[in-house]
Amino acid sequence: MTKIEAIIRPGKLEEVKDALNKLGIHGMTVSQVIGCGHQKGRTEVYRGAEYSINLLPKVKVEVVVRDQWVDQCVMAISEAARSGEIGDGKIFVYPLSDVIRIRTGEHGDDAV
Amino acid sequence: MKSRLRAVLMFILYSLMLPGIAWAGDTPTIDTGDTAFVIISAAMVMIMTPGLALFYGGMVRKKNVLSTMMLSFIVMSVVSVIWALYGYTLAFGPDIKSFIGGLDYLFLNGVGQEPASGTIPHVLFMAFQLMFALITVAIISGSIAERVRFSAFLAFIIIWVSVVYSPLAHWVWGGGWLMKLGTLDFAGGTVVHISSGVTGLVAALVIGKRKGYGTEPMVPHNLPMTVLGAALLWFGWFGFNAGSALAANGLAASAFAVTHIAAAAGGLSWVIAEWLHHGKPTILGCVSGLIAGLVAITPAAGFVSAVPAIVIGLVVGPLCYFAVAVIKSKLGYDDSLDAFGIHGVGGTWGAIATGLFASKAVNEAGADGLFYGNAGLLVNQLIGVGATILFAALATFIILKLISTFMNLRVSSDDEVVGLDISLHGENAYAYTDDLVGSITKEVKAPAEAAGTMVKTV
Repeated sequence: MTKIEAIIRPGKLEEVKDALNKLGIHGMTVSQVIGCGHQKGRTEVYRGAEYSINLLPKVKVEVVVRDQWVDQCVMAISEAARSGEIGDGKIFVYPLSDVIRIRTGEHGDDAV
Repeated sequence: MKSRLRAVLMFILYSLMLPGIAWAGDTPTIDTGDTAFVIISAAMVMIMTPGLALFYGGMVRKKNVLSTMMLSFIVMSVVSVIWALYGYTLAFGPDIKSFIGGLDYLFLNGVGQEPASGTIPHVLFMAFQLMFALITVAIISGSIAERVRFSAFLAFIIIWVSVVYSPLAHWVWGGGWLMKLGTLDFAGGTVVHISSGVTGLVAALVIGKRKGYGTEPMVPHNLPMTVLGAALLWFGWFGFNAGSALAANGLAASAFAVTHIAAAAGGLSWVIAEWLHHGKPTILGCVSGLIAGLVAITPAAGFVSAVPAIVIGLVVGPLCYFAVAVIKSKLGYDDSLDAFGIHGVGGTWGAIATGLFASKAVNEAGADGLFYGNAGLLVNQLIGVGATILFAALATFIILKLISTFMNLRVSSDDEVVGLDISLHGENAYAYTDDLVGSITKEVKAPAEAAGTMVKTV
């Protein structure tokens, strides 16, 4: 089992969800996050005072998949989330030791 | 007796010079139209203080929104009581040596339903003036928001409204020396805006900068809230300025019109200034500019016509923008929400502009300004501005130093980091979810048990 965590542009969420749905992946956790990478921030101005905003809003999508689906899943997310401009985000892949479905008590691949 | 000036002057005459004398036909009588208009105007001025709470509340960080709004609301509670007890009589009681009102109206004795002068009940004039005191004191809180200690603020406003606002209102409106000199202030350029703005600046300097000011971003947390507050202020300002005619007449209508026009011009000119200076027109700039326009037209509202109102508004936008965007950062003081930058600077321009543009053609009870051939009025206006700045600044400094011998003026560094909502008031404006805010620490009656004790009525 593998956890895939993708930090993407907020505007790309729908496309990423569609791409995952096409692979049959329906379960996911989505959070609004802020962060910074290579993308520079932006400037906001309030009554003439400038503020440099370095942490930008992003969306974090977390999905857990069986190991054989990892490559396809990563490919689907990266294609759907790509705009080609700086600030498209990153995908992190983690091995998981176990998954438990709370309702049934199932473990491992059965719970994914 | 259609203007505030004339009404107050007649009030003083009746109170002081001709006590107990009434002639048939000269006795002031209640006019129902005037009374209805001023009651509604007073209610409109009242809504400005909650409007200011929203205006200010949106501009602070979210950890301080409740504490900032609280400062405006506690003013309404405290100052209203003081005004009824002794504030009104200090401001509008019979003149004592041109400096302060006598105690004839202590506890509102003698302030009843009969007209003191003009055509509205005396008690209504008192209530209308009370609303002005509220918004004036509340404006000050904008300079010291996000770090002032609540108890110190309470002590400060109790003393300030007693020893600064009431005497100042007496000087300008209650028969004091500025009124006798001929200084014009239709609805509160000096009494309300210069005094509160200058007081805010001195308080900001004495209390010091917010922790992290200049190094951490302190951006408004909810601009739509600020815009809503500005809308309420704009609406209420019609009562503020038109109501100051104290009668439903042509002068009130003129004041209403120029108030709106100046606000519009102020919003426009601020937006243009920041668009040129920073490249983007902002909604915060638009509402700040219109407030500046309203501030500037306030002293002149009953004395100028439409074109001067446009000029007053067009000048005040860039002027206040320059004050908050350039001067403030150059000098490095932390006037949190720009009470000085908008009310102090805008009010000063408005008072001077009254000396330039006032015309007897608009209000024969007023005076002609410089552009109508009377330089004397401008001198009087400058004296009024200077006296107000000196008096407010000096008194505020002394009051704050006095209070600081008994208590800290600002919260502790830790409390400031946590935010004043939690540290001072134990409240949180934006709890993440109801389920995550914590556990109940006091035993409460179980809902089921409580429901079982209810008596059904069929």
